[in-house]
Amino acid sequence: MNRTARRKFVSGLVVFLCGLAVAVALVPLFFVFAYVLQKGFSSLNWDFFTKMPKPVGESGGGMANAMLGTLYLIAIASVLAIPVGVVAGVYLSEYGKKPFGSLVRFTADVLNGVPSIVIGIFAYGLAVLPVKHFSALAGGLALGFMMVPIITRTTEELLNLVPGSLREGSLALGATRARAAFSVMLPAALPGIMTGILVALARIAGETAPLLFTAFNNRFFSARLDQPISSLPVQVYTYAVSPYEDWHRQAWAGALVLVGFVFVFSVLARVVTRRLERMHRT
Amino acid sequence: MKAMRFLLTLVFGAVMALAASTAQGQTVQINGAGATFPYPIYSKWFAEYNKMHPEVEINYQSIGSGGGIRQLSNQTVFFGATDGPMTPEQQFAAPGPILHLPTVLGAVVPIYNIPGVDTPLKFSGKVLADVIMGKVTKWNDAAIAGLNPGVKLPATDITVAHRSDGSGTTYIFVDYLSKVSPDFKKTVGVATSVNWPVGVGGKGNEGVAGLVKQTPGSIGYVELVYAQQNKIDFGSVQNFDGEFVTASLASVTAAASAAAKAMPKDFRVSITNAPGKGAYPISSFTWLLFYEHPGDRKRAKIMVDFMKWALTEGQKYASDLSYAPLPQEVIALEMDALKRISL
Amino acid sequence: MKTPSSRRSSDDRGFRLGTGFFALLVVLLVAGIFWELYRTSQLSLSKFGFRFWTGKTWDPVSGEFGALPFIWGTLYSSVLAMLISTPIALGIAIFLSELSPRVLRTPLAFLTELLAAIPSIVYGLWGVFVLVPLVRQLQVVTPEWMRKFPLFSGPPLGVGMLSAALILAVMVIPFTSSVAREVLKAVPYTQREAAYALGATRLEAILAALRFGRTGIIGAIILGFGRAVGETMAVTMVIGNNPQITTSLFKPQYTMAAVLANEFTEAADDLYLSALIEIGLVLFIITLIINALSRLLIWQVTREVKVKTTPRPVSTMAFSAPTGAE
Repeated sequence: MNRTARRKFVSGLVVFLCGLAVAVALVPLFFVFAYVLQKGFSSLNWDFFTKMPKPVGESGGGMANAMLGTLYLIAIASVLAIPVGVVAGVYLSEYGKKPFGSLVRFTADVLNGVPSIVIGIFAYGLAVLPVKHFSALAGGLALGFMMVPIITRTTEELLNLVPGSLREGSLALGATRARAAFSVMLPAALPGIMTGILVALARIAGETAPLLFTAFNNRFFSARLDQPISSLPVQVYTYAVSPYEDWHRQAWAGALVLVGFVFVFSVLARVVTRRLERMHRT
Repeated sequence: MKAMRFLLTLVFGAVMALAASTAQGQTVQINGAGATFPYPIYSKWFAEYNKMHPEVEINYQSIGSGGGIRQLSNQTVFFGATDGPMTPEQQFAAPGPILHLPTVLGAVVPIYNIPGVDTPLKFSGKVLADVIMGKVTKWNDAAIAGLNPGVKLPATDITVAHRSDGSGTTYIFVDYLSKVSPDFKKTVGVATSVNWPVGVGGKGNEGVAGLVKQTPGSIGYVELVYAQQNKIDFGSVQNFDGEFVTASLASVTAAASAAAKAMPKDFRVSITNAPGKGAYPISSFTWLLFYEHPGDRKRAKIMVDFMKWALTEGQKYASDLSYAPLPQEVIALEMDALKRISL
Repeated sequence: MKTPSSRRSSDDRGFRLGTGFFALLVVLLVAGIFWELYRTSQLSLSKFGFRFWTGKTWDPVSGEFGALPFIWGTLYSSVLAMLISTPIALGIAIFLSELSPRVLRTPLAFLTELLAAIPSIVYGLWGVFVLVPLVRQLQVVTPEWMRKFPLFSGPPLGVGMLSAALILAVMVIPFTSSVAREVLKAVPYTQREAAYALGATRLEAILAALRFGRTGIIGAIILGFGRAVGETMAVTMVIGNNPQITTSLFKPQYTMAAVLANEFTEAADDLYLSALIEIGLVLFIITLIINALSRLLIWQVTREVKVKTTPRPVSTMAFSAPTGAE
């Protein structure tokens, strides 16, 4: 075989292998999805969504408190993280060229990479130990800390995409920079930022480790900030490592709900991004 | 976009409304944590009590005796639960005097998973200790075969499953093993968390039961009800008098009878390897832990009322879940001790 | 009297300081985490010093805390995971950015993103009920002569290093591949065009692009490694939780993140808790270094080319930006 033919063969082979790689990666995805779907679907019933857990060994009951708990926790996290993230993002897009801007960007990236269990330890020391109880607030704090870097970076990037002419135009009309940023630039970038927030929410909704010693767990549903609260990932974990078949079924159902949640948000994010792309092209 | 924003506001609004409505009632929530050993009966008790008193929500999380003691000392929970009594160091480290109140009696059983073996195996204390220490490594070892003539044991490797968390169940188990094997006492010792020579760790009674159930050739130790509810094989153990006793209500009660007559004032007593006919050697009390002077009077009153119920009405539920109810003498002493909690 | 322009500049200064304060909060958060971890691990730091990291025994009963088994477990599982996942992740990145027909690109990219978004606990669940029995079967059918080697020794438990490495690999693949894709996108097309002009095959053109972006690709791999290091839930459910140091793929071992999840709530005394937090501190520092290093490498490639005209799919940003693994 002459050199050219050999090169072409190798090239074709590698192309094939890359396609194979995609297939290989998608196999576990399919596996996991299919398994969760199959196992979870059969355990999904109206009870699951509306009932509280039953005592150990009794079958039936549901994860109503866990699902409400997760919604509650991500609500708290959002209230804490969104203002900080968005405003920090505004700062970065307005004044980000300075060295301080680079520092902020760097620390945001670092924060993004911190294992969530370490964030949980931090929140434990900050919000559980001093007041001597586990709380929904501590859990929400831990989750909020994880949201901040995502929202900050998303806000900055999307603000940078808004044409500079918008800012210049409003400044030319006499607006202060604050006005230009908050009343003109931010609304223009809002759809993308909202998507970023939704995606961040979907991510923290599935986190277990930081909640293990902050929000702890709760058999009942308590809407108080200063009491432990149940959450879907923690409940799924507790049930999964137990030896009760009934709890295993419910764990799969809970996993299905989590995956469904993530799926819906990913689709939403894609749709919005596509619309954004179309907007910016015209 | 508008639709999404609308949807989000709706969701948040619904959550807040729900929050407001649930916070409306005068429900008091009391948090406790600790042993997994009595979790089945505690969860039953708290659920029943909640049915009778809907405004009382007792939230118990089974994170292991070590966790219960720790969280109680940190005061992040109102009460703790343990099957290994607090050590003097632990008691000293707590911010106030803590009362140990026995609730039920339970048994720790050696569970195993040997495909093909149907008859319950017999274990002597020494053999059990050697297996756990990793000195006996195969199921068909002479030591095990000698105790079980007629049973066809395979040449499978023994995998030991133990607790990865701090556990009162561990405490009970190693307390017994240390009493019957000086070697074990020297190598491993007695505590809620020990340095296991061999084996895999599972979290909670649930974790060990799960491990044994899924791993052929494994042996572990769990509270009796976990073995029964999950239909895991468990063996009988040789007691102080030499009989091979299977864990049951009767055998556990027999183990407690001697201790009941001589119960120390702080209720911290070990009844493993108890003498007596038909006594199951790996039995134990399990305790709820309360501060004698908790700051929160309201919760203290609720828990004292709960304990009074648990020591009388609650004992009915014990036998269904394979825990032995407390001897009457002990209950009388406890009712007295409850007065020590300042209300 | 305040003139319009002076009023504007004081407003602007207020704006800068106000928003700057929030930006500062981000920095303070990270500094706060470091400070808090450092402060609460003092007891252990001062008692054990460097011995902490060379000690092999983790014995809460006697107060002997040596964290080497956890470092071993973390490194072994993460390196194995990277060995398995990197070729696949790079293959995907190359396929999606260079080779695939345009029509396939979006759905495939979406599917890999979905893989990245699945919560760790779901992987853990699948790991316990599907992967572990599979690995146990694998162990059972491993021939006796292979089991003699230390690499394959150990009872057929299913839980152990191999299961942990496999599940980590599955979790890291989409992550590494999307960052690698970003890097490849940043490589200017002129690189490939030049290669084709010189008569290169497809592979050789791709290799040219890869060479250009090689520092960024390495950065992507390092980022993936960082994610594997910090992964908690899925690992702790399948690794067996036994602090032993062994090269065996089949024996149960323990990682830093897993021991934190298991033992934190019940560290029965201050020294124990402090030792655990010290592990947390080191985990924090390791991921900090990994992130900084990889960001630097990736930045080197992407800054050369500013070709951002369309916004990146936001979901990629959230999941491909160095995400805190859990």
